[in-house]
Parts: sequence; C-alpha cells; structure tokens
Amino acid sequence: MIHLENVVKIYKVARRGTGTKETLRAFFRRDYTEIRALNGLSFDIQDGEIVGLLGPNGAGKSSCIKICTGILYPDSGTVECNGFIPYKDRMRYTREIGVVFGQRTQLFWDVPVGDSYELLKDIYDVPEQKFRENLQELTELLDLQKLLMTPARQLSLGQRMRCELAASLLHDPKILFLDEPTIGLDAVSKLAVRKFVRKINEEKKTTVILTTHDMQDVEALSERVMLIGKGRLILDGTLSDIRREGASLDESLVEFYRDMERDDQESGDAAE
Amino acid sequence: MKNHAFRLYRHYISINVRSAMQYKASFVLTILGQTLATVSTLLSLVFIFRRFPNVKGFTINDVILCCGIVQMQFAAAEMWARGFDRFAETVRKADFDRILLRPRNQILQVLGSQFEISRIGRLIQGILMLVYGFLKAGISWNFMKVLTLVHMLFAGTMLFSGLHMIRASLCFFTLQGLEFMNIFTDGFREHGKYPLSIYGDKFLLVCTFIIPYALTQYYPLLYLLGKRTDWWLAFLPLLALLFLIPCFLLWRIGVRHYQSAGS
Repeated sequence: MIHLENVVKIYKVARRGTGTKETLRAFFRRDYTEIRALNGLSFDIQDGEIVGLLGPNGAGKSSCIKICTGILYPDSGTVECNGFIPYKDRMRYTREIGVVFGQRTQLFWDVPVGDSYELLKDIYDVPEQKFRENLQELTELLDLQKLLMTPARQLSLGQRMRCELAASLLHDPKILFLDEPTIGLDAVSKLAVRKFVRKINEEKKTTVILTTHDMQDVEALSERVMLIGKGRLILDGTLSDIRREGASLDESLVEFYRDMERDDQESGDAAE
Repeated sequence: MKNHAFRLYRHYISINVRSAMQYKASFVLTILGQTLATVSTLLSLVFIFRRFPNVKGFTINDVILCCGIVQMQFAAAEMWARGFDRFAETVRKADFDRILLRPRNQILQVLGSQFEISRIGRLIQGILMLVYGFLKAGISWNFMKVLTLVHMLFAGTMLFSGLHMIRASLCFFTLQGLEFMNIFTDGFREHGKYPLSIYGDKFLLVCTFIIPYALTQYYPLLYLLGKRTDWWLAFLPLLALLFLIPCFLLWRIGVRHYQSAGS
C-alpha cells in the first residue's frame, strides 16, 4: 500500500539572466527561484492496483515517482510505502520495488543481457532456484529467448524495453514503477508491453504505478487514473471522468487542462 | 553480508572486464599510449640526471623507484576508483538514481560501475620501474622494508581514490569547473616522480598535513633507501588513511544534497 499525505517538494533553481554581464553577476550572487514541484499531494494506492499517473510536462509526475521510490526526500508531508518510509528505509524498501525508466537503461551496455541479469541476481540476493524460475517465466512472457545472448547496445528500443521490464521484475517486487515505459516504441512493442504489464498484475498481484503521455496505455491498463497538475492531485477517478462527448481522449485531456488553467486564473482573480 | 559484498564486487569487475574486451583494439591502443607516456617520463629523468648527478641527495635510481611507486598508486586508484573519477557522467546521465534504487551500499555500486582494466598497462610499467630502481639502488631488503612498500602502495592508492571521491562528491553540487581537481591527482602523479623534499619545506609541509601525499611517498621512501632508520616510518603511510574520513563525510553530504535537490 502506498500512502502520500500533503507531500511538498520544492526545487531551488538558480536563476540567471542571459548575456555576459548577467553571467558574471551570477558568479558572485545567485538568485534562486523556488519551484513547487509537488504542492500538497495526497493519495492512497491499494495493493494490486494499476494506477495511471497523468499530467502535462512539469506537472510533478517524475517528482512523485522519485519520492515514492526513495530517490528524493520530500520537503514536508508523509510518505509510506508498504510500511516503509522510502527515503529512510532505502536498503530494505528497494528490495520490494522494481523501477523502469523508459528513457534510461539499467542494463550493462556491452555485455549480453543475460549477464546483466546475473548481476542483478547478486545485487538483490535472489536465491538461485527462484532466479531460474523467474527468469524462465519472464523469458516466456516477454519472448526474450534470443535476446539474452545479445549485448544491450545491439537491441532495438522495443527489444530493450522488454529486457528492462524483465530486469526490474527478477527479484519479485511488490510494486512496479513504470516511468513512460512505451515512449518511442512501435505499435507491436507497445502492445506487448501493455499485455505483459496486465498479466504480471493479474498473476502476481503486483501493484503498478505508471506515468505516460500515451492515453492508449492508460486505456488499456489502468482502471484508475490520477491527474496531476501543478504539483497537486486534480482528479482521482477513471478515464470516463475525463472523456468528453465526441472528442478523443487526447482532446478531452487537453480541454481538461485548459479548464484547469482557467479555474486557476479565476480563483486567482477572485483572491485579488 | 560482507562476503556477499565481496562476491558482488567481483561480479562487477568481471562484467567490466568483459565489456572492455568487446573493444580489444581500444584496449591495446590505450596500453600502448600509456607505455609511450612512461617512456617519455623515463627519458626526462635520464636527461636531467645527465646534467646533475643527484637531486638533493637522490640518485636517478632512487627517483625511478619513487616514480614507479607513485605510478602504481595512481594507476591502481584509476583502475578501481574509476567510477568516482568519471562520476560527473553518472550524475549527468542521472544514473545515480539507479544506484539509489538498489539495496546496496552506494560506494560499492559506484566502484563497481566502472573498473578500468586498461590501467593495468600503467600498473605493470610502475612495477617494472620499481623493480629496476630496487635492483639498482642497492637496497638491502628485509621484512620491514617489504612491509613499508606494501603500506606505501596501499595508502597511496587510497589517497588518490579519496581525491577522486572528493571530486565525485562535488559533482552533486556542480558539474562545472571540476577540472581544477586534476591538480591534485594528475598533478601529483607528475610531481610525485621526485621525492617531495626537492620542492622545498613549505610544499613538503602542505603535503604532510593537508593532503598527506608525503606520508605515502617521501618519508617511507627515506626508510626504504636506508637514509633514515626509524621503524615507525614503515607505518607512517597508514596515517594517510585518515584523509579518507573527510572524503567520506563530503560524499555523505553530497548524496544527501542530491536526494533533497534532485538533479
């Protein structure tokens, strides 16, 4: 179970003007701008759910994932995942989660994928027997047989993503975080990834938290959708709460954001 | 658990070596380049000692011995602490996130992330210089002197590793202008060819109390060469290990900063 309450995350960003003069000035005195990436985010996710995190770029999705996985400390608020405080109990907590970043790899570039898996086995202390079972199962589900002997650098993006998914599941995590898992994939690979995630969730009851910009991912995978905007939860419901008559999901979402902006402005005006 | 950590580390090394062997030509050329660099170092020593029979009481054989030792210290650190040496890249590519996502000691993971086997060339050249200097310098070897040498090599490697670690820790705060740290690593490899006393008392003082190079080079060298006979000089290099404490603390502060500020 994942529980976030009033989580705030503020980044200090050095602000610097353009031009030589400004750059020189910044050398001696730095001005910081505060960016509230998360501004009082609260939600609960039950075991075995698949939840899609949606939101425009810069809405705070990545910060949310980073806090839930223990990479970042929150500035205030409570975070509890499976009874752990992620950023404090890192060593024990990370054994129970798997994380896939669509834009980065966790495989060693120049050795066969299978060798990277062997290393992961040692990193997570997976017992030999269990490792063999998991590897065999994942190989079948993701059709990895031919890829295991291939160095990661020779894989296509779609093949690599399948290998990444397997890599993050070798140690039987209870929670799986997927940060844009289908980015850049062709149709066949996208479908394969979606089917696989569904299957893992059904069979192993793995909780899945997914961020994506692909509305079809969400449609195919998650009953529950959380919409994040400006560091807050704007909507916690299903896709039907977003969908509008006669518009595609993407169009609906854009309109949703637009309404959100307008509401914000109006409430801002009212406050003045 | 300790045993596991060691096994994991060996596994990391094995993967790194296998990766390097994918690029055999690059491996060979790197070693060739190192050999040329070493030859030019040796030539420069030969030319200088043609003009002067000795430098502040050290003969060319003494200096070659010293040079070999520092070379080995430097190469060993570059080999096993390469992950810290190249840490800017790790931070830039946000690979440190992945390290935080794994249930293992961060330092172990950084060390494991890169093991630069090609530095073996420089290491071997260091050994050759050491052996040559040792044969020519006419040292009468005994157990204590071997112990001194082992201490020097170990502590010197750790000292260089600590310096790499400092630079890595600074990467958490900024990725700009960290080249100045090379003064302390590559710079000392260059200066360390000669026993540090030749640069004057002030420099020696800095290298004793601030960055304790001299503890792993000059003082124990005097003992090796028989210029001084105090037994404690054999153990002096170990004192340089204290330098790792601030390195470690700085690293902790860096990680803490990374986790609060993001990349």
